[in-house]
Amino acid sequence: MASTVRTPHPREKRIIFRNIDRPGWTNDIDCYFRDGGYAELKKAFTMKPEQIVNEVKASGLRGRGGAGFPCGVKWGFIKPGGPKPVYLICNADESEPGTFKDRYIIHQDPHQLLEGTVISCYAVNARLAYIYIRGEFPLGAKILERALAEARQHGFLGKNILGSGFDCEIYVHRGAGAYICGEETGLIESMEGKRPYPRIKPPYFPAVLGLYMCPTIVNNVETLCNVKHIVRMGGAEYAKMGKPNNTGTRLLCVSGDVQKPGYYEFEVGGITLGELIYDICGGLRPGRKLRAVIPGGSSAKVLSVADRYKIKSRQPDGSMLEKEMGLEEVPIDFDTLAAAGSMAGSGGIIVMDDSRDMVWALNNINEFYAHESCGQCTPCREGSLWMKKITERMVHGGGTKQDTDTLKSVADNIAGRTICAFGEACAWPTQSFVAKFRDDFVAKSAGKENGSGLR
Amino acid sequence: MEIPAELESQIDEVITHYPVSKRSASLPLLHLFQEYFGRIEDEAIEWVARKLELEPINVLELVTFYPMFRREPLGKHHIRVCRTLSCAMAGGYQLLDTFCKHANIVREQSGHGDHLLKSTDGKYSIEFVECLASCGFGPVCMIDDDFFEAVAQEEVPQLLEKYQ
Repeated sequence: MASTVRTPHPREKRIIFRNIDRPGWTNDIDCYFRDGGYAELKKAFTMKPEQIVNEVKASGLRGRGGAGFPCGVKWGFIKPGGPKPVYLICNADESEPGTFKDRYIIHQDPHQLLEGTVISCYAVNARLAYIYIRGEFPLGAKILERALAEARQHGFLGKNILGSGFDCEIYVHRGAGAYICGEETGLIESMEGKRPYPRIKPPYFPAVLGLYMCPTIVNNVETLCNVKHIVRMGGAEYAKMGKPNNTGTRLLCVSGDVQKPGYYEFEVGGITLGELIYDICGGLRPGRKLRAVIPGGSSAKVLSVADRYKIKSRQPDGSMLEKEMGLEEVPIDFDTLAAAGSMAGSGGIIVMDDSRDMVWALNNINEFYAHESCGQCTPCREGSLWMKKITERMVHGGGTKQDTDTLKSVADNIAGRTICAFGEACAWPTQSFVAKFRDDFVAKSAGKENGSGLR
Repeated sequence: MEIPAELESQIDEVITHYPVSKRSASLPLLHLFQEYFGRIEDEAIEWVARKLELEPINVLELVTFYPMFRREPLGKHHIRVCRTLSCAMAGGYQLLDTFCKHANIVREQSGHGDHLLKSTDGKYSIEFVECLASCGFGPVCMIDDDFFEAVAQEEVPQLLEKYQ
């Protein structure tokens, strides 16, 4: 319970987290003003909405919620002057296991989020926006409500904001404990007052048909905060941070078997997994060796230290160069982690040392997905529970010889067969854990033949 | 069902946040009812449905879906312990056991999906919840609306002492 002061590491580049744990910083609007707050909103109103969309396109900003979709492209799906109203929803449902970044923005720097959100609303011409915050953040919801009231008082919300002629209102909407509400179409159903069953695609983007069957932009908290800084710096300048197609900074949340877990902000790709674990996070516990890393929230495929990774990357002259590297040399960016067979996802990095039982770890993950499946699609509803049952009996010594293969077969029959990406999210951990640590699973399931009475 | 004027004015205010569709106010209304009455009773479901011009089933299906809504009363103080991976690696399972031991809660079985466990005197209820989004500082828990991170097992008695 000891509350620690978390000073940034010298290698960090703090832009979004500039004010997090900053001495003397408070989350009220006066403190935000003293730091030049809402200057970017004023600047945004000197620009045309299309200009802001273009700056965001030029910045190369990719969504920070998990999928990494280019934000400017998403915004570009909104046709200016369409007949229907446009809505914007800030996805503050932060629920991906291993991820704990939006929590700090909401609690410590809510006005940064509001400023980014109002600018984004102006850019896509949304007059009504909601911040969908997970139910488990009751204090966060209160802080946002207060911040909204302050912003309203100062004329940053409501009618004719700062004399721009632009009207915008933002409300906080609380979820109630369901992970599936982080899936954008599930979130929209939830906002409409229904069960959060994700919608059938196509249309692939709520920008086509979203809230109340109107064009809707759903962006993650961190993504919206980035918009404020893109307006400040200009898209081209922003794109100089990070590397091509992986621009800006990234909030990384490190948990598990390191000495100094926590949240950090680096230029995208500016650091390798090894540097993060050993230099920034103080290394592993004494006497322990690295075994595995889940690099982008629990849905991301696990990476084993025993593997070599062949990573192709584009060189400045346009040619492709293939380089073989160990896990610790892998830079943390969208494209490299995808090339390594996993994903940067939501930035939640879970580190596991050689004391960890991989079957136990997968069982914990499987229990999460079995609990959180919305139940709409049969492969996911049934399969997530089967996977959990199999790993659970393995953990408790009741595995059968066929279990390892059965487990993989169940996972293979979920991925690609569901309405939303939850199918992949629950299948990928099982597929990757079994592929990378097969011996552990075989050892745990060597006990009995099928038909031993275990059902 | 007797709705206090103060609650009803909160309800009316919150409905204005959803100018396009009143149905969107279902979740906020259920939150308000649960905060006020401690749980969602049949009468509340019917009241919310009438207020938002819905069928009661439209509201009931939300109450049964979303894990945070309760049909049964909680203890005077409600403890939520994170069960998910990073916290489990940091001792989340043991933390729930320790809470149970010190709060006089009989634990029937481990794992998720347990019915809500309650102390015999009704003072505490406890449950496992999924990821509370503070994975770097596990094990984490919530007591009522208060959040605690890096909770050491030996801190549990003094923590409970604060919630009488």
